[in-house]
Amino acid sequence: MATVYVNDKPVDIGNERLNCVQAAEKGGIHIPHYCYHPDLTVVASCRMCLVEMGDLKDGKVAITPKVFPGCQTPVKDGTVIVTGDYAKRDTSLPVLGYPDNYKPGDRAKKAQADTLEGLLINHPLDCPVCDKAGECKLQDYSFQYGRSQSRMIDEKNTPPNKPEISSKITLFTDRCIMCTRCVRFTREVSGQAELSVVSRGHHSEIDVFPGEPLENKLAGNVVDLCPVGALGSKDFLYKQRVWYLKTEDSVCAGCSTGCSISADSNKDVIFRLRPRPNPQAQGYFMCDEGRHGYHYVNAAERLNRPHVRKDGKLAPIAYTDAVKAVSDEFKDAIKKNAASVWLVLSPFLTVEEAFLAAKWLKESSKQVKLALGPVPFVGEDDTYPKDRRGKALQPVRFTIRAEKCPNRRGVEEVLRTLQGDVITFPKVIEAIKKGDAKAVFLAGGYPVKGSFDVFSEVKAENLLLAVSDFFTSPATELAKYVFPAAAFSEKEGTYLNHANLAQTLHKVSHAPQETRQEGQLFQDLAHRRGLFNLAAVRKELAKEVPFFGKLADQVPELGVKLV
Amino acid sequence: MAYEPILLARVNKPDSTRLEGYRIDGGYASFERALAELKPEEVTTRVKDSGLRGRGGAGFPTGLKWTFLPKDHPGPIYLCINADESEPCTYNNRILMEKDPHQVLEGIMLACYAIKSRCAYFYIRYEYGTAYRTLQSAIDELYQAGLLGKNILGSGFDLDIFLHRGAGAYICGEETGLIESLEGKRAWPRIKPPFPAIEGAFRKPTIVNNVETMACVTQIMRRGNDWFKSMGVPPDPKNPRDAGSYGPKLYTIAGHVNTPKCVELPMGVTIRELVEKHGGGVWKGLKAKAVNPGGISMGFVDCNLKLKDSDQTEYDIPLDFNGPGRVGCLGLGTAAVTVIDEQTSMVDVLHNVCQFFAHESCGQCTPCREGTGWMLKMTDRLRRGQGRKEDLDILVDVSDRIGIIPGTTICGLSDGAGWPVKTAIRKFRKEFEDAIQSGRKSVVKSLKLLGAH
Ligand SMILES: Cc1cc2nc3c(=O)[nH]c(=O)nc-3n(C[C@H](O)[C@H](O)[C@H](O)COP(=O)(O)O)c2cc1C
Ligand code: SF4
Ligand code: SF4
Ligand code: SF4
Ligand code: FES
Repeated sequence: MATVYVNDKPVDIGNERLNCVQAAEKGGIHIPHYCYHPDLTVVASCRMCLVEMGDLKDGKVAITPKVFPGCQTPVKDGTVIVTGDYAKRDTSLPVLGYPDNYKPGDRAKKAQADTLEGLLINHPLDCPVCDKAGECKLQDYSFQYGRSQSRMIDEKNTPPNKPEISSKITLFTDRCIMCTRCVRFTREVSGQAELSVVSRGHHSEIDVFPGEPLENKLAGNVVDLCPVGALGSKDFLYKQRVWYLKTEDSVCAGCSTGCSISADSNKDVIFRLRPRPNPQAQGYFMCDEGRHGYHYVNAAERLNRPHVRKDGKLAPIAYTDAVKAVSDEFKDAIKKNAASVWLVLSPFLTVEEAFLAAKWLKESSKQVKLALGPVPFVGEDDTYPKDRRGKALQPVRFTIRAEKCPNRRGVEEVLRTLQGDVITFPKVIEAIKKGDAKAVFLAGGYPVKGSFDVFSEVKAENLLLAVSDFFTSPATELAKYVFPAAAFSEKEGTYLNHANLAQTLHKVSHAPQETRQEGQLFQDLAHRRGLFNLAAVRKELAKEVPFFGKLADQVPELGVKLV
Repeated sequence: MAYEPILLARVNKPDSTRLEGYRIDGGYASFERALAELKPEEVTTRVKDSGLRGRGGAGFPTGLKWTFLPKDHPGPIYLCINADESEPCTYNNRILMEKDPHQVLEGIMLACYAIKSRCAYFYIRYEYGTAYRTLQSAIDELYQAGLLGKNILGSGFDLDIFLHRGAGAYICGEETGLIESLEGKRAWPRIKPPFPAIEGAFRKPTIVNNVETMACVTQIMRRGNDWFKSMGVPPDPKNPRDAGSYGPKLYTIAGHVNTPKCVELPMGVTIRELVEKHGGGVWKGLKAKAVNPGGISMGFVDCNLKLKDSDQTEYDIPLDFNGPGRVGCLGLGTAAVTVIDEQTSMVDVLHNVCQFFAHESCGQCTPCREGTGWMLKMTDRLRRGQGRKEDLDILVDVSDRIGIIPGTTICGLSDGAGWPVKTAIRKFRKEFEDAIQSGRKSVVKSLKLLGAH
């Protein structure tokens, strides 16, 4: 057991190998840093993390008369770290045996202020028009650790901006603090090393090679990594001041990796998705497809109220009327021939929605058939880093999965228990074509169009088809009832990723107009009273589908592994 | 009695670069003897006991550095020869390479034998075309003579030496910058630890040594430690960590002197003797105002500043590893003595110095990148007659806080960038203040740095 002292506070680090930043973090003390990132190599170049260090021996601290980069310097038993924040220490703790003439924290404090002074020398300080303002580490640290006035009166360097470095990303060259996080990301994680530093000294700039813009599928991460407003996402640029944004924990619905994300919205409009670090899910990053894959949520052509077919055309109908009609018609159909009633559950539904839907019809008759909706696949699993020629390298740091839906595993587990096996979608189409399926409820929610294109070849007289989905499709063309689907950001529930990690979706924004989250819809169709309550449904689910037993308890922020 | 040069003994001979002549002068005999009679460890011990300290600038004990390599390392070990020689006014390595390449190469071969390296990379700055070609033909001669390659002289020892040309950057001389550059990357110095002896070129244990250090190894193995220790300055008994300053040293004399040149003298000659006797005195009959004792990064000596309790001035300090440090300079550096005459404005000198470091900072570390740039802008303002009094304090503050000594940067370039600034302003403050007060503009046109890169 090793003990490290941070601003007099003993921190037990066990036998972990930590640097000062990590050890301090363990003790709840933040050492400001720019270039250091837990998932990138350490370069120790920004010098924001400077600390004073010493060794505790026999009650006396031997202090080394210089400062150390905390991100680079390892700690061991007896290491004493004194940060620039020493004055804000917990004064209830006994003060260590420092040398008499030593003033703890003074040197680190000055060094940090000096670093910030350096960073601001050529910084434009155009915060009013900078997208990063409000979540900028240069602002934050300057406020906390910097000096209030600049001593620099000379002209600043004004390198030109480089909006051409990427179709998705722009570079405000003059705001760059040269932390090289972005460069290291493209070398170490995405691998194709598009970004590099050109020129030297205070004329150093981030750039791409001529004609080789930054276009890899993970590129967007450099914007999150950038501690300042140098790299901007063109998707988000100038859309919102960040302090208006509300941030919720969520899960990307783009593929079965199921990246933990933060979703930023304002007044029910999503503006940005960012990765939320989760070692159990994806790590620190997310792919651009997922990052930019939220636009359908805000799409104007989204279905936003229930419809019923009247005189061959879909006409709006009140939600309660639609629920009553569908509920009645399916009841009838079951009475007539339960084995001809089908429920199709898409892998975009949450576990709870799939469960409530299944229960709705299965409780009327065990003979009703439950099937899995189309599972979209695109190409093969795409792993990173890749070399300059595009060849994937080992060890893998990130995988974008070919399975482009978030919850096939979760829906399958519901089907296994409540149906017995997993009936795939082609069987459903076959049954419809043969006339064996008389009443079908398609619980869709496919953000990409085209999943129900097979319906363009289906000719089914007398088929009772109800569909819930985002957009009109060949399926809605055939449907008698159409419900608008709710997006991942508009519901609460559980997704189970490829590795059986169950993560919680939180409600980020309200579903448009007459849209109800499917959990509510299936609850209403089953005549279960009240509002959808995630905790209650999870308890029920855990009891009836033992695979989800762990969901009965509070699910931790980073999710819970079910296998 | 005039000193008889050893390292430079052959430089004026006709065909001094050829293997034949070198062998006639006894060359490679000690290499052959070492191969036949000495174990590698014995060579290391000899070099260690000689007291040889690196000539590249830092003065690290050479033999001791070699012992930092991991014992019985199974994979390759590399020797990198640092011939980036970019410190302003420094050209002693160049003379050795251009005029007596075999003396350097023999040292490399002995060093490789000692550290069990089968491969040496000779990193030479691009601008040294003649040295490059001379060394290449010398290396070709050695392969032809069977002194390089596989199983040298039947001893079972293999050795290859590769010449690698840099592309013109001061930072490529910093040992880990050199290694990065050798590996084909930007010469961004690495964070240490690990030191190169543990993880260097291509992530293998590596020793980096200077060209002149190698020439000294040759002579030590030929003439013995007693010869080497017969010259120079023994360790300061009051400083247990001082390793002494033994042996001969090549000093280059440049700047405002009558006869700029490179001379070989025992360590410890005073600046005054060097300039007045060997450099032909200050030009135009003027007096020296300031001197850089070992390249501009060592800072300035004030030739008129009296030493404590003495009639002598800083002009009289000895140029051994300790001398410059006693008067506030960074160290002996490259022993390149640059003289500034009394009519030259220190404002101009300092601006020129700042231009160099702002241009050469690799740009990784915030304090160095921004500090060197800021100091340049301030000194530029000073020479345009727009200085403010507080600029001097800011310059001292900035120069004091950048470097590996205060702990704020990765490499020593920034110590070297700060030292001339802080010493110039501390020692010549009056001159700077006068310049600011008078608002005098510099009469000198700012020299544009040549950009070959
Ligand atoms: C900025 C900088 C530039 C340097 N340039 C050189 C150089 O040109 N040649 C050299 O031999 N050493 C140079 N050095 C010193 C090397 O880092 C290293 O200490 C030296 O090559 C070791 O060789 P030695 O032990 O034989 O002296 C430089 C150091 C710094 C910090
Ligand atoms: S662009 Fe941003 S991430 Fe990249 S080096 Fe500059 S500040 Fe760092
Ligand atoms: S990898 Fe998959 S889960 Fe992660 S962001 Fe991309 S699409 Fe979303
Ligand atoms: S101190 Fe200066 S030259 Fe050295 S690594 Fe840092 S920025 Fe580069
Ligand atoms: S965070 Fe430690 S030097 Fe940048």
